[in-house]
Amino acid sequence: MKTSKKEKLSLFKKMLTVRAFEQKAGELFQQNLIPGFIHLSIGQEASSIGTCSVLRTDDYVASTHRGHGHMIGKGADPRMMFAELFGKTTGYCKGKGGSMHIADFSVGILGANGVVGGGFPIMIGAGLSIKLRKTDQVGVVFFGDGAANRGTFHEACNMAAILKLPIIFLCENNLYASTTPSEYTLAGGSVAGRAGGYGIPGHAVDGNDILEVRNVVEKAVARARKGKGPSIVENMTYRYRGHFEGDPQKYRSTDEIDTHRKTSDPIERFKKHLQKEGILTTELEDKIKKDVTKLIGEAVQFGQDAPLPRPEDALEDLFVNP
Amino acid sequence: MSNREISCSTALREALEEEMERDDTIFIIGEDLVAHGGIFGQFEGLPERFPGRVIDSPISETCIVGSGVGAALTGMRPIVDMHFADFVTTGMDEIANQMAKIRYMFGGQAKVPMVLWAPDGGGLSAAAQHSQSLESWFVHIPGLKVVAPSEPSDVKGLIKAAIRDDDPVIFFQHKRLFAQTGHVPEDEYIIPIGSAAVKRPGKDITILTYSRMTYLCLEAAEQLAKEEIDVEIVDLRTLKPLDFALIAESVKKTYNVLIVHEACLTGGFGGEIAARIGEELFDYLDAPVMRIGAKDVPIPFSPVMEDFVLPKVSDVVEGVKKVLNR
Repeated sequence: MKTSKKEKLSLFKKMLTVRAFEQKAGELFQQNLIPGFIHLSIGQEASSIGTCSVLRTDDYVASTHRGHGHMIGKGADPRMMFAELFGKTTGYCKGKGGSMHIADFSVGILGANGVVGGGFPIMIGAGLSIKLRKTDQVGVVFFGDGAANRGTFHEACNMAAILKLPIIFLCENNLYASTTPSEYTLAGGSVAGRAGGYGIPGHAVDGNDILEVRNVVEKAVARARKGKGPSIVENMTYRYRGHFEGDPQKYRSTDEIDTHRKTSDPIERFKKHLQKEGILTTELEDKIKKDVTKLIGEAVQFGQDAPLPRPEDALEDLFVNP
Repeated sequence: MSNREISCSTALREALEEEMERDDTIFIIGEDLVAHGGIFGQFEGLPERFPGRVIDSPISETCIVGSGVGAALTGMRPIVDMHFADFVTTGMDEIANQMAKIRYMFGGQAKVPMVLWAPDGGGLSAAAQHSQSLESWFVHIPGLKVVAPSEPSDVKGLIKAAIRDDDPVIFFQHKRLFAQTGHVPEDEYIIPIGSAAVKRPGKDITILTYSRMTYLCLEAAEQLAKEEIDVEIVDLRTLKPLDFALIAESVKKTYNVLIVHEACLTGGFGGEIAARIGEELFDYLDAPVMRIGAKDVPIPFSPVMEDFVLPKVSDVVEGVKKVLNR
């Protein structure tokens, strides 16, 4: 697919936004200003932003515990995201969800899910709903290489295939399921390779190349929109941070992380492309970075300034009709 | 007013047909629905009546329940068929972690208007994995409403309420009651979720029960009447939210309580009701609240053993006498 200069700059800015959001979230977590636990996707920005960039606002996304990038990509407001991370009333879930349960139904985000592989069956329902309502929406269910080993993955691929549901199974293979290498956990070695068993297309993609991600996901989306059914897309990528913030990461070396960072960082790679094409000047890069810093700074401020919930707010929002 | 009598199965089907006619966002998904009309024939006629809205699923409870959740989140009103209530175990993450919690953990921005229809209960020699009464698992999970009706008119009125409710409802229907007949009004009516009903008024003791046990208790009450024991039977109909006001009203009249359910005794819903009566109505009790439930073993296959394990009319008669010290 063609990507205009303007679109490319917008993608670049969004990737930087995700990274700045998560770097800031990590800092605030270390300062004990964010409770609970958070999972960062730093290093995976081409996958989240590239994928979401080919979706419409009314398309659905089911996200994961590592979902900040999907949220920003699909159009969620970083201010409400930070407010949620702080457990504040103006957060997306009024402080009831936290990082693992951010949702914004107004832009089609059916929620991040704390259960690995929890998004698949929900997206089956959204796909069925699209089919019954006869719209041309599609749904993307993000998951990691770890979730590919859950029964929900198999059951959902099978069901989406037989019902020809407009769903893209979007694997972000970052080589580790929590702390265990996918080399060990993933039989057959490929998530995309499993597509053959369901008679649906499967694509393994250089998930750190945002333009390549867009190309492949766009084809899968077009197919789904035409009613031709689901696809599996496996974005090969890498996360620089641990499974969770504070993860001692005994399962890999710092050399390994550094190598990925130096050779295949999705933002650096895209930046080189933009420079080569003469789209990105140093001045423009500085301006974009300045804008992003300002945006994230304001989002953090919004979250910090927001009021805490009243303790008894815990008793609200359970039922529509209690 | 007509005196027509129909079965619980027919009552269910009638209600579904009327609701699906009224609201085209309602659909049913589960196994063996289209050609077979449901494993118990419970949906017969509906696939033809509403083409495309009764959907066969592969054997995948996780996707059956999940598809209900996802469709409910995106504007539909799904009814998911569990085939046998026992199979909730294979869709339990979707029930306990998704269906029940999504509205709350997303701060109320979404609603999950779905019904999980689960045929439960023993008495069919269906053995340990097709006979359970698992309702106490679900009353323990905040975010779910739990319904377990007995007679056909309650089935019809409550399934309609469940479908129209904007929250997820687990609807248990006892397999042994499918053929049970009873009067069902022809005119449109709804029975609100959360309302119990006095099925037999009495002054000496309150029996709190639900689902198939209601019929056993009614039979026991007739026997006890011959011994001049006047039993009041309250059919809870909904377990969550619980109609504690009606329970209190009855207890304040009889001062004696027996709780009867088919689920095994330990950890059963009876313990919860007994505790609450103890906490809130202690001054109105002449005797300790007693409970009757199945023996704490899986449901055995052989009818002699199954009969022994499940509560019987004689157990209820003895239980009442024990409470009343007669």
